[in-house]
Amino acid sequence: MSYSSQVSFTINGESRVLDVDNRTTLLDALREHLHLTGTKKGCDHGQCGACTVIIDGRRVNSCLTLAVMHEGDAITTIEGLGKPGDLHPMQAAFVKHDGFQCGYCTPGQICSSVAVLEEIKANIPSHVTADLTAATTVTEVEIRERMSGNLCRCGAYSNIVEAIVEAAGTRA
Amino acid sequence: MQFDTPATTNPIDQLTIVGQSIPRIDGELKTTGKAIYAYEWDEENIAYGHPVGSAIAKGRITSMDVSAARNADGVLAVVTTLDVGKREKGKQNTANLFGGDEVQHYHQAIAVVVAETFEQARAAAALVKVDYAEEKGVFDLSEAMKTAVKPKDAGGAPPDTAVGDFDAAFETAPVSLEETYTTPDQSHSMMEPHASLATWDGDELTLWTSSQMIDWWRTDLATTLGIDKEKIHLKSPYIGGGFGGKLFLRADAVLAAFAAKAVKRPVKVALPRPFLVNNTTHRPATIQRIRIGAERDGTITAIAHESWSGDQPDGQLETAVMQTRLLYAGKNRMTAMRLAELHLPEGNAMRAPGEAPGLMALEIAIDEMAEKLGLDPVEFRILNDTQVDPEKPERPFSHRDLVGCLKRGAEQFGWSTRGKPGTRREGDWLIGTGVAAALRNNLLVPSAARVRLDQDGVVTVETDMTDIGTGSYTIIAQTAAEMMGLPMDRVKVRLGDSRFPVSAGSGGQFGANCSTSGVYAACVKLREAVIQTLGFNASEVVFENGTVRSGTRSVPLAGVAGPDGLSAEDTIEWAELSDSHQQSTFGAHFVEVGVDIATGESRVRRMLAVCASGRILNPITARSQVIGAMTMGVGLALSEELAVDTRRGFFVNHDLASYEVPVHADIPHQEVIFMDETDPISSPMKAKGIGELGLCGVSAAIANAIHNATGVRLRHYPMTLDKLLGGLPALS
Repeated sequence: MSYSSQVSFTINGESRVLDVDNRTTLLDALREHLHLTGTKKGCDHGQCGACTVIIDGRRVNSCLTLAVMHEGDAITTIEGLGKPGDLHPMQAAFVKHDGFQCGYCTPGQICSSVAVLEEIKANIPSHVTADLTAATTVTEVEIRERMSGNLCRCGAYSNIVEAIVEAAGTRA
Repeated sequence: MQFDTPATTNPIDQLTIVGQSIPRIDGELKTTGKAIYAYEWDEENIAYGHPVGSAIAKGRITSMDVSAARNADGVLAVVTTLDVGKREKGKQNTANLFGGDEVQHYHQAIAVVVAETFEQARAAAALVKVDYAEEKGVFDLSEAMKTAVKPKDAGGAPPDTAVGDFDAAFETAPVSLEETYTTPDQSHSMMEPHASLATWDGDELTLWTSSQMIDWWRTDLATTLGIDKEKIHLKSPYIGGGFGGKLFLRADAVLAAFAAKAVKRPVKVALPRPFLVNNTTHRPATIQRIRIGAERDGTITAIAHESWSGDQPDGQLETAVMQTRLLYAGKNRMTAMRLAELHLPEGNAMRAPGEAPGLMALEIAIDEMAEKLGLDPVEFRILNDTQVDPEKPERPFSHRDLVGCLKRGAEQFGWSTRGKPGTRREGDWLIGTGVAAALRNNLLVPSAARVRLDQDGVVTVETDMTDIGTGSYTIIAQTAAEMMGLPMDRVKVRLGDSRFPVSAGSGGQFGANCSTSGVYAACVKLREAVIQTLGFNASEVVFENGTVRSGTRSVPLAGVAGPDGLSAEDTIEWAELSDSHQQSTFGAHFVEVGVDIATGESRVRRMLAVCASGRILNPITARSQVIGAMTMGVGLALSEELAVDTRRGFFVNHDLASYEVPVHADIPHQEVIFMDETDPISSPMKAKGIGELGLCGVSAAIANAIHNATGVRLRHYPMTLDKLLGGLPALS
């Protein structure tokens, strides 16, 4: 009986084929097999959001999904958003507003926030969206609600919200 | 450099770079995922270690059956606590980390299973069978406090102090208060779990780890392994948060070292999140009794603060009365701390140890007292300010502007519009505001650094200082740049490596002031070396804009050093200024809350901190320290509590879903004001600590705001809705 499988997916635009233990999470596939260690392991069971990646446009806790479930998927990690000297606008906004301290939750916060803005643009409502028939707008309240799955124990929340508002190009 | 007289004018005072709002120099690395943390370093042929924790709180292991684990797929070795035998404990640890048959607490490490992959190691770790001889333990502080004792020491201070005649003064005071307050066990819950990667080369160990204090870890790891400290190379350039939880050597480092030795390969071990709470340390719960007596005009005549906390045998106090020795005037006073023996996991330092839980209690008591006196709580605090150590009036504070913080904060916050408790309502929300004072001492620890000027005019700073999110990389670069007259991009900073000079490390909010002072000292020497090389007259030399100028002569710094560069190393050491002057940092926290009249849910709506803590080296990173601490203060006020299973002896809610730290939705925009001040008695940087001050008093300000909103006075943290519901007004 085989306990491993082959899986192929696209990571940051690059096709990858992996033989992985079926138990391997997407998070460990990224970190341990592909050495994309920007995606962080904070709790390994879906409570902290440090492992957030973007799969086909949606944010996902990569610790809660197995690598073998992602055949053919397009996955974006923090490394795919930008790199030193060539930052994604959200990364630049985090630096400018000091939206981090220790940096460990940061890649997850950034991946999550990039997808959050897309969710709002797509008019997907949240718990705090007052009017389901009107267009959803970028407000601090919407951002705080939607980002609440990304914990930051250093407590950079106030700055993170400012960074996201700026990256959204919107006055909240 | 011996710092034995107050600082006079020095190159730091130019403030061309120090004191400026410069974004973190490691910001691009951290936001792109390129900062490498302990578990992420690449080595050839890494094996994975997974820990096994004790399933009992106290007793002995009678046998371990590891055959199933050893035979499982991919397993390379199982190293048990019985295999390695009892080890000499590191001097900073209270409970053993690994080794021997004694179990001192739940989830104490008792084995590490090493396999080719993480999945194999984790699966096999579940196959280890253990037989225990369980012993009865003591887990309930409210019971254990009855047999608590006066320990010899309270973190270098006496456990008890007394001045005047407290009993008589309290007895005769026209207005008095006597109340008991409690704070629960609390968890650091930093985002990066403790992790280490160990690799042996013969008898030499290289360990990548996540440590706040490089030299403490190295020393205690050497003791625990029974090897020479010089054989250990420890590296921790990036740390995913600590808050005191990574001050002392932890089990991941010991397990990784033993495991790597056993399999003769690099091994990495991360503590699984559910291990963190019970395997590592926590802030111990406290029971605090406060008595205050005052004249009718508000003058405090008697103040007493007593605290009980528990810890493992030979453990330590949570020094919750310390701030009460310094914060307010009062002729008659006493403090006392008692330590109970508990068999919960080890209690130890968490951000602002002592002052954080102490102020959670004291600053509610002060609010209650102001209410009894019919005084505004800001005014009551100002009335009882002191400019000298109230226990030793011959000792002035080096600089104390608590009054300034309170006044500035009150003005900025709009304090004057505050109403009487339970009188402000917006829809279903009862609205209230609260204030609390903050005090945290400025601690001084020796700190060394090495600076090297290369022939291109780039200065590299090396020190084993750590950056746990505090901004050390940036403020150290700013210090060296200011001292050497260079722009920031001509300074490189290398931290967190045991091959670098021993620094203060990150703890007790002493890191920024002490480590930059060490860099200052090394730069003074490097400047001397440059001046000597150039043959300049030392008294006239100015380092600026990448040049060295003396009179009409100006030489670029690039080119001064030959191919070998110019190096200098020094240590800042602290003389008696901290004996003659009490050095502390001060602040005032203002908070507005809303309490849902139907559910009792409290929401923080506004937060302001005003801090007086000497020169601010970088307003961006200092502000982040403060808002982060304010956020933690919201958690400690409203949700954070390690729930003790008093039968089995462990913390039940040992993960991030059930130990509730604040999330985005809990935190409003936060405002921070720094008082414009310097403290030349503190250091050549004229700075003081800030990272812990930000936490001190926050939770009490929230408690006081809840009282102002609802009229309900809570004295037991966290202030969850169940504690409020009974006191809320009837719904109509």
